[in-house]
Amino acid sequence: MRRIWALSMSLKPSFSLDGQTLAFLSGQTIMDAALAAGVYIPHLCHHPEFKPHGSCKLCTVKVNGRNVASCTMPAAEGMVVLNDTPELNEARRALTQMLFVEGNHFCPFCEKSGNCQLQALGYFLEMLSPHYNHFYPQREVDGSHPEVLLDRNRCIMCELCVRASQDVDGKNVFALGGRGVHTHLIVNAPSGKLGDTDLAVSDRAVQVCPVGAILKKRHGFEVPIGQRLYDHKTIKDVQTGDGHG
Amino acid sequence: MAEAKKVRIATCSLAGCFGCHMSFLDIDEKLFDLLAWVEFDRTPLTDIKHCGPCDVGLIEGGVCNAENVHVLKEFRKNCKVLVAVGACAVTGGIPAMRNSVELRACFDEVYHYGVGLKNGMIPNDPELPLPFDKVHPIYEVVKVDYCLPGCPPPASAIWQFLTDLLAGREPKLAYESLHYD
Repeated sequence: MRRIWALSMSLKPSFSLDGQTLAFLSGQTIMDAALAAGVYIPHLCHHPEFKPHGSCKLCTVKVNGRNVASCTMPAAEGMVVLNDTPELNEARRALTQMLFVEGNHFCPFCEKSGNCQLQALGYFLEMLSPHYNHFYPQREVDGSHPEVLLDRNRCIMCELCVRASQDVDGKNVFALGGRGVHTHLIVNAPSGKLGDTDLAVSDRAVQVCPVGAILKKRHGFEVPIGQRLYDHKTIKDVQTGDGHG
Repeated sequence: MAEAKKVRIATCSLAGCFGCHMSFLDIDEKLFDLLAWVEFDRTPLTDIKHCGPCDVGLIEGGVCNAENVHVLKEFRKNCKVLVAVGACAVTGGIPAMRNSVELRACFDEVYHYGVGLKNGMIPNDPELPLPFDKVHPIYEVVKVDYCLPGCPPPASAIWQFLTDLLAGREPKLAYESLHYD
């Protein structure tokens, strides 16, 4: 029996990730296979419940010498993938810094602080400053919904709320509008206001925001700063441990 | 035996709340250990008004007016190592909340429409420093050697940073000492 199992394992296709052999199932991406094996590849726009988006590029790995987004790249037999290298982590830090300066991310007065994946990645990648010049863009805050606040200052355009609203909630409340630096989250209502949509506070789209752009009203600071998800555990430990965060 | 030359440190608060200085004082009795190795130039503790030649300059707060720039440039000119301490120096922080509001509208709100105000007047004394339309982190104005984030950085982070620097090590913060809030 044991021999049969070992034989079937050896027949499973596999690739190398930082020298470790990872088996994968047909159709899995590098990210899928890594998450299944409990190996952390930094990411923001990816969530295992949703179709890959491939936009934040934080999950960039080197495959046979070329940079690719691991959340969209199908795993293939014999691939040699590099993930946790100083060069890739430096590039990831630079991308995180760009995300910080492109929006208005002021952690000291953000309710998401301590539970925010952008911030947690900053900690994980040892980002000590945003490094680049801040854009300080003008972004609209929408408080029209009775139970949900939309603060575009903190939006990182990951489209997780767009995907969750369409694929899980079946509502199509959110979309991205504009181009390039003018890209912004839009709300599917003639007024453009969240209060005029059928969004419910229990929707997956409200829960899935990795930053403080979509927040439930009247739940602020229920958990004190210092006792939050990433205050004592790294995003790597959280996402490869007891849940995705 | 001659006493070893002490490391000279200057500190100041630009557009900040002095919270980072309070956190610095939170190293408590370790201040005595620190005083064995360092001496202070310009700081709110010594009341020296201008920064002279120093080894380390610790800057709290961002840049919100012309005076901030003069002070910051004086520090940069005189300090071998310049450190941005706290969220405001590193990102603009709380004062940068006004960046989404036009400067004139800020002044109108404070001096014309504020509760209890009558016949308000926006101060324009030539001695008052010229405010900028936006608040900026200090590294957007001068070269900064190190950033120590946090609002404020915990005393443990300040202590770790200073002891690393004084020992000639590259400063490295433990995970729980690196915070942006």
